[in-house]
Amino acid sequence: MPAHRRLVSKLLLVALLMFGFGYALVPLYEVFCEVTGINGKTSNTPAMLLVDGVDTSRVVTIEFLAKPNKDMPWIFKPEVRRMTVHPGEVHVMNYLAENPTAQMIVGQAVPSVSPGQAALYLHKIECFCFTQQQLAGGKNMLMPVQFYVDPALPAQFSTITLNYTLYDVTASWQPVASIEKIGE
Amino acid sequence: MSAISSEHDDHAHDHKPSGIKRWLFTTNHKDIGSMYLIFALLMFFLGGAMAMVIRLELFQPGMQFVEPQFFNQMTTVHGLIMVFGAVMPAFTGLANWMIPIMIGAPDMALPRMNNWSFWILPFAFLILILSLFMPGGGPSFGWTFYAPLSTTYSNDSTALFVFAIHIMGISSIMGAINVIVTIWNMRAPGMTWMKMPLFVWTWFITAFLLIMVMPVLATVVTMVLTDKYFGTSFFDAAGGGDPVLFQHIFWFFGHPEVYIMILPAFGIVSAIIPTFARKRLFGYASMVYATASIAILSFLVWAHHMFTTGMPVFATLFFMYATMLIAVPTGVKVFNWVATMWRGAMTFEVPMMFALAFIVLFTIGGFSGLMLAITPADFQYHDTYFVVAHFHYVLVTGAVFSIIAAAYYWLPKWTGYMYDERLGQMHFWCSLISVNLLFFPMHFVGLAGMPRRIPDYALQFADFNAFISVGGFLFGLSQLIFVWVVVKCARGGEKATAQVWEGAEGLEWEIPSPAPYHTFETPPVIK
Repeated sequence: MPAHRRLVSKLLLVALLMFGFGYALVPLYEVFCEVTGINGKTSNTPAMLLVDGVDTSRVVTIEFLAKPNKDMPWIFKPEVRRMTVHPGEVHVMNYLAENPTAQMIVGQAVPSVSPGQAALYLHKIECFCFTQQQLAGGKNMLMPVQFYVDPALPAQFSTITLNYTLYDVTASWQPVASIEKIGE
Repeated sequence: MSAISSEHDDHAHDHKPSGIKRWLFTTNHKDIGSMYLIFALLMFFLGGAMAMVIRLELFQPGMQFVEPQFFNQMTTVHGLIMVFGAVMPAFTGLANWMIPIMIGAPDMALPRMNNWSFWILPFAFLILILSLFMPGGGPSFGWTFYAPLSTTYSNDSTALFVFAIHIMGISSIMGAINVIVTIWNMRAPGMTWMKMPLFVWTWFITAFLLIMVMPVLATVVTMVLTDKYFGTSFFDAAGGGDPVLFQHIFWFFGHPEVYIMILPAFGIVSAIIPTFARKRLFGYASMVYATASIAILSFLVWAHHMFTTGMPVFATLFFMYATMLIAVPTGVKVFNWVATMWRGAMTFEVPMMFALAFIVLFTIGGFSGLMLAITPADFQYHDTYFVVAHFHYVLVTGAVFSIIAAAYYWLPKWTGYMYDERLGQMHFWCSLISVNLLFFPMHFVGLAGMPRRIPDYALQFADFNAFISVGGFLFGLSQLIFVWVVVKCARGGEKATAQVWEGAEGLEWEIPSPAPYHTFETPPVIK
């Protein structure tokens, strides 16, 4: 039955494509969230500093939150809870990390911005969240994030909250991969 | 609509092996349809037994009979069995039995694949049910298996759950391909697209939905499997994933899935109402277009299940309006059914009673769906018993009632005997009253804030829950009457005529009752 065979192959192809489409939703979702800034996702690549000048006519309050994931033993907190900035000004904020255990632990911080729509306007020039951070047992360190608020930030946003959740990724940590990253 | 002029006699030589081999190796659409229907009935009672455990525990506040972990397994497996084991196989069984007859084809297009699609199904459910006996118990994350409940926080029964879902998905996709190829290639000469009975049309569209979304379900369970066992991080924020992504992919499957479970029901009701109103279906073409519109819209509304995940306002507005838009084609259907009955010479045999109950109660479920579609209101209703009330109205008094109606409607054609009308009416009234005792009060406890999937509740909900549980037990018992009717009808009774129902039209009523093992080996001529 060639008529059957042709139709069956077409329908099977549709099923297969839809299986692939499910996987394609993953990058589509990533890109969609990054472009629109919904979901509070910030860019994972360093931002360029735009020297458009500082908008001194208004101030924006940046609140800093830090939360180790429940399986992450590090003590993790920002140096100060909030900071008032002018849009366009570059600031550095340090996060304190301490590994109270005896073992080396690798951490990965995942940022989230609230309100979500403001995520597009918070630019990070340098951030500890861009790479995995390793810390030997009993040690502590300062982890900086260098950022500025885009002067194009819509006027309705007067406060932006930047939250980091810190995860223990020691299990999936690959030293070779991170050396390559440093070399770049 | 059509008449047969072919006068080929019944073939007495049915060439079928006897005993178990007949059922294992059969490629006959009627045998396979019967097996699907019996399997669905068994699963309906198994899933129902789990619902009884849930209602027993919720009869009183506090913990009485089961552990919370076991309660969660019951809500999860009840949902999975009812969706994938009862409603979907029942519709596939009806499709197998009726579609070839309704379009004048000798069998399904791919009979051997048809055998496979059925016979892998019992193994899928065997795996799922056996997972309940694993150390730590079976899946307990709800039938929606949200990550990270199903990834980080689940036990190893998840692997069995994933494989069971894979097999169910393969079975559904094969079944759907078979339906499309049969309808596309095997219609009798003269059976044009717009002459097809609506049950065939609705199943044709449903089959496309199945082919489009069952693979997406396969994707999402595979992602859960690899996240849990193979170190991927699709839904794990630590590895750059996002748990909200799970909900997007799941509901991209999940919303069309709920229409998969209701579109064939529309087809059944559109067959029954004209028969017992003794009038042609009002607005046939608009029914076809409405079904197609519902199917297309079903791909654009998935995020209305996720309003509380913190979506931006424009997205919630889009999904809210798109969801409300579905009420338009659905309203067209309800209008057409009512218009068909208008000034009809109606009689009220059991299939008609269930079809009428379907129209009223499904519409109630549709209205509570509209309430849930309102984003700000949904923040109050989300994850409460109001949602449970809503989807049980559309799935039990909607999908299940339509399947029962279909069983009564075609039972004389399948067995050759009339069912016991008195027992059938008793089944109907017991079901109708108990199902409303069971699900209607859930609206109120839900609005008052009782959360779903929790084995205990605040004291003020005690009376309502005792009431609901009694309704549940009565509804469960009422279904035993149905089994009695079916068994009695299969064993004998008043002989059914070929037409069975006075007002019935269509090819299936022009072949003898019971339907011969082989039908339409010579295609009928459709006038």
